[in-house]
Amino acid sequence: MTATATTTATTTGPTATFPAPTRSRSVPAWVWALPPVAVLALAFLYPLALVVQQSVTPDDGGTLSLDPYADVFASEVFRDALTTTVWLAVGSTVGCLVLGFVLALVIAFVPFPGGKAVARFVDVFLSFPSFLITLALLFIYGSVGMANGLWTDVTGAADGPFHFLTTPWGVLLAEITYFTPFVMRPLLAAFSQLDTGQLEVASSLGAGPLRVIRQVILPEALPALAAGGSLVLVMCLNEFGIVLFTGAKDVTTLPMLVYSKAILESDYPAACVVAVVNIAISVGLYSLYRVVSRRAGA
Amino acid sequence: MLVHSRAGKWATWAVFLLLFVPLFAVPLLVILAASLATNWSGAFPSGPTVERYAAATSGDSLRALTTSLVTALAASVLALTLGGWAALAAASLRNRGKRFVDALFILPVAVPSVVVGLAVLVAYSQPPVLLNGTRWIVILAHTVLVTAFAHQSVAAAVRRLDPMYEQAAAGLGASPARVLWRVKLPLLLPSLTSAVGLCFALSMGELSATMMLYPPDWTPLPVQIFAATDRGSLFTGAALAVVLMTSTLLVLAAVSRIRTRASYR
Repeated sequence: MTATATTTATTTGPTATFPAPTRSRSVPAWVWALPPVAVLALAFLYPLALVVQQSVTPDDGGTLSLDPYADVFASEVFRDALTTTVWLAVGSTVGCLVLGFVLALVIAFVPFPGGKAVARFVDVFLSFPSFLITLALLFIYGSVGMANGLWTDVTGAADGPFHFLTTPWGVLLAEITYFTPFVMRPLLAAFSQLDTGQLEVASSLGAGPLRVIRQVILPEALPALAAGGSLVLVMCLNEFGIVLFTGAKDVTTLPMLVYSKAILESDYPAACVVAVVNIAISVGLYSLYRVVSRRAGA
Repeated sequence: MLVHSRAGKWATWAVFLLLFVPLFAVPLLVILAASLATNWSGAFPSGPTVERYAAATSGDSLRALTTSLVTALAASVLALTLGGWAALAAASLRNRGKRFVDALFILPVAVPSVVVGLAVLVAYSQPPVLLNGTRWIVILAHTVLVTAFAHQSVAAAVRRLDPMYEQAAAGLGASPARVLWRVKLPLLLPSLTSAVGLCFALSMGELSATMMLYPPDWTPLPVQIFAATDRGSLFTGAALAVVLMTSTLLVLAAVSRIRTRASYR
């Protein structure tokens, strides 16, 4: 990989007085890039191509046709899953942005002892898998969990009031909890570069905290918010563990549908169609995220 | 700085704690507490026991833990080799080639992991390569999923590398292989180890793709946790989850020790 850049020839240079770099004797740089690209193509692109191929091949072996797409698009389950996925992802993203912004503001601009530890804790949080949150919520709000147990102890009722965990709201709560740190991290990085003098000037000129936030901090934070928000949006669209662990039968998202079609029903063409739709949505959004975050310089 | 009055500060901190503690600290504490309890139907868990840890570190659970550790280790080493090689090779390419390699190695992040699982399952359940039902299909899927992260962090480090060092080494007559081995890789070591740590943590917690293709004799820990909670043994699931978190953190701590020693060099 360094072959062409660093090899120098001593005799055949175009200028006679100084040895100039030439590309003789060494392989071109792109040859060095071939092995990893080939491995990734075999392990990743070839399977993806097969998924696309299978999505246009009906189960009975026929030739190329768009029938699987027509079948899947016409089905109630798919349309439900699509709307559920989109509103859950958008809802979680908005929730994460609001919550992450507020928490990051306090950590950065109303510093308190232990703030560093909290920021460290957020980093550790990111290295845990998402389904742990749902597992914890099962203990807190589950049908035999803490909250319902407290309620029945206090009121003597046979059943507690908390049953939202198996509804989309439970998934929403878990996704907001798990993905908020992904918004906080770029925000904290952006806030640490903000010149605090600006804040002092604004507030000494009489601006209240809310006005300082709106007119000084928010404009500076927008690129980080946009980058973090679009990353979270993509991750929420693709989230599987959280939905699987709630065990909710009526919450079906696109990744969940891929899993149930392929593994539970062995309907591979349908699973591949859903997969292609899911890829299209998330690759499109991820490209948008790359553009936004490059603009933001993150 | 933003809030100047004492009362205002305390009010802000109170709101912060009210949001932060229930949302982020309580879930992890709840899992830890539940793993040590036999029963939890009131405000607090009852019947303290360490029995679950005895069960979680023996038999099937122990096998699941070693399965996860071996898978994560293999996947992160493979991913680092693949992603790191690509990042180093792309650095000496021209603009268009570099952008192509970068885009290609980013792609697995953008594709949902369930779909990566499905794709690997579809591709390697049919000839010419039959991997379905073996452990290799799990390792392969994990490698694909974490390669993007390895590539991203090594590529970022390569961009920050000062070209003076390699130019000086090459100017003194070192061969490209020697420049790579004695100059570039040592300089990159801190970011290589942090990339390995990241890949390891991601692979340890990977559930989506694994659910699609794990064979019965190679069940990683997250699958075991799901199996336990799915059949209603939440407390066993909690103990397994604590084992998962602890082993991930221990490996991350060990890896970050390598990093600090290397950066003093």
